[in-house]
Amino acid sequence: MDFMVFQYPMITVQACLDGLLLGILFALIAYGMALQWGVMNIINIAQGDLVILGGYIAYFMYLYGIHPAWGVIVSPIIMYFIGVGIYKLVINKVVDRDLFISILATFGISILFMQLMNFAFGADVVLANSGYGTTMLFDNNVTLPNSKIFSAVISIVFAIGLVIYMKKSKLGRAIRATAQNSRAAKILGVDTEKVYAATFGINAALCGVAGALISITFTIHPYMGLPYTIRSFMIVIVAGLGNLPGVAMSGMGLGVFEEFADYILGTEFRIGAVFLLLVLILVYRRFKLSRKREYLK
Amino acid sequence: MSKNILLYSAILIFGLIAPFVFPAFKVQLSILCVLIVLATTWNIQGGEMGYNTFGNILFYGLGMYLCASVQVGMFFPLAEWTESGGEKTFVHTPAQFFQGMAVGLVVAAVVPTIVAGLIGYAILGLRGHYFAICTLGLGVAAGEISGGIEIIGAGQGFTTPPFPEVGGLEARGEFFYFLSFGALILTFVAVRAIYSTRFRLILNAIRDNEDKAEAMGIETMKYKIIGWMVSAFFCGLAGGIMGGLVGYIDSTDVAFDGREMGVFMVLMAILGGKGTLWGPVIGATVFHIFKEGFWTFFLGWQYVALGVLIVVIVIYFPEGIMGWLREKYPEKFGEVIDEKDRKAQVELK
Repeated sequence: MDFMVFQYPMITVQACLDGLLLGILFALIAYGMALQWGVMNIINIAQGDLVILGGYIAYFMYLYGIHPAWGVIVSPIIMYFIGVGIYKLVINKVVDRDLFISILATFGISILFMQLMNFAFGADVVLANSGYGTTMLFDNNVTLPNSKIFSAVISIVFAIGLVIYMKKSKLGRAIRATAQNSRAAKILGVDTEKVYAATFGINAALCGVAGALISITFTIHPYMGLPYTIRSFMIVIVAGLGNLPGVAMSGMGLGVFEEFADYILGTEFRIGAVFLLLVLILVYRRFKLSRKREYLK
Repeated sequence: MSKNILLYSAILIFGLIAPFVFPAFKVQLSILCVLIVLATTWNIQGGEMGYNTFGNILFYGLGMYLCASVQVGMFFPLAEWTESGGEKTFVHTPAQFFQGMAVGLVVAAVVPTIVAGLIGYAILGLRGHYFAICTLGLGVAAGEISGGIEIIGAGQGFTTPPFPEVGGLEARGEFFYFLSFGALILTFVAVRAIYSTRFRLILNAIRDNEDKAEAMGIETMKYKIIGWMVSAFFCGLAGGIMGGLVGYIDSTDVAFDGREMGVFMVLMAILGGKGTLWGPVIGATVFHIFKEGFWTFFLGWQYVALGVLIVVIVIYFPEGIMGWLREKYPEKFGEVIDEKDRKAQVELK
């Protein structure tokens, strides 16, 4: 444990900037999770694995000589169809069932994807080099890879685009109606089955965008999926369902927390810190809620 | 009643002579015992109490590390042992080994119980999926954190003390077999005794409707914690035995192996039938036979097969073997069916 963070203010600035840019990416993944949670009442453990799969699509484009930034366009399109496929095969059978069934089923999908990716792409840590260079700030004390700025901008563009799409388009209206009351929506002529499939597809497409950006800015590895699931779950429960500014804020907060945990505790405890934070947040939430229950008594 | 006694004594006799009849399968049988213990204890939460946990792996891994650490630390400096990476610089004498194992197993069972009590107070108030994800997080966090602690071997792993050279070639296998078989008997008897008391009814009440149970004057929190502590006790014990059996502890691949053991215990209990005494035992046996018999044919595709298996079992077979039997032969389970009622139901379908 070292306290460099407190001795050198520039490291603090660096960690904050890194964390904020990383957090925007987390928020994008969490947005997808909030969408499917709100609409279908499903918690998708395979969320992180969809992200990694999206990353590999961009990485393969990079391997074949296409600039990985195009992955931001290609990966969500492919991931949309993969998402719809997963929905048709598995998810539509667990939508109305007990939540634990869906958690376990998606856990199975997660293990499946993890291993398939391990076979298909190998167990190496890879990244797609975008060649964007870095920006130096504050007398070269803070380095900021341009790819991170690029990924943050793209995430914001996609998030805003999706919000507008949900507000304006017919499908978006159907999705929102189904989220509010699926039975009423069905009575009023919304094909909820189609809406569910589209929701899961959109979620997978968002994961694809985030994955492509992660493969450009950070690294990807077949087994790195679960932490992304946990992060997005954490962001959603902190922000609450359907609270988009909250998702963005808590995503960035989580990013900053992670960077500081990285500096203070050391990189080997980074993932552990994320998971412990999840437990702490849930415990805090439980005590807060139990106090509320006592008032009611 | 006499039928039950016959069944139990047959199983007991089979268990006692098995290592001599099938000497080649000793390790498999020991692992089977451990798996049954894990599935049975998971069933206390997942089946009877309705709290689906992915976190019992925490106690299993904790027990594993504690047993090995105590066994080494009682006689030798622990840090140097792990640093040497299992080189034979320190050798346990037989007496030291067995003493260390005995004390280690007690510690491995007791400490997770206390930990379960403390954690349980904090997180058993969570409901449904929040609880499931919280325990999932706990298991992974434990694996990541123990992988960063130097004194128990960090990333390079921890070699447990090798079995001393006493009693010939077969001694190691027989010792661990009888240890795990003993743990299995202990667990089964304890769980069976628990299930025949009011405690099981309380757990079922919590599963069916927790708020109502609370309104009926049951201190649900107390019973939930006790249930978790019982699970943790036997999970820790099983972990301690498994650590010695495997001979090598790694933080994420052996001890806190959420991807393998942590899922297995859930899967076995669901396969056998949640909320029954025999379900997890049958589920674990079937699963283990399937795994050992067919795993080698998948040639590296094991995890793919596991993922497919989870999805298939969860979606198409959530009631498990016992649930299926119950539907098929309800009279064997002491359920009286009104013939008229049944016919009416069939007509409705």
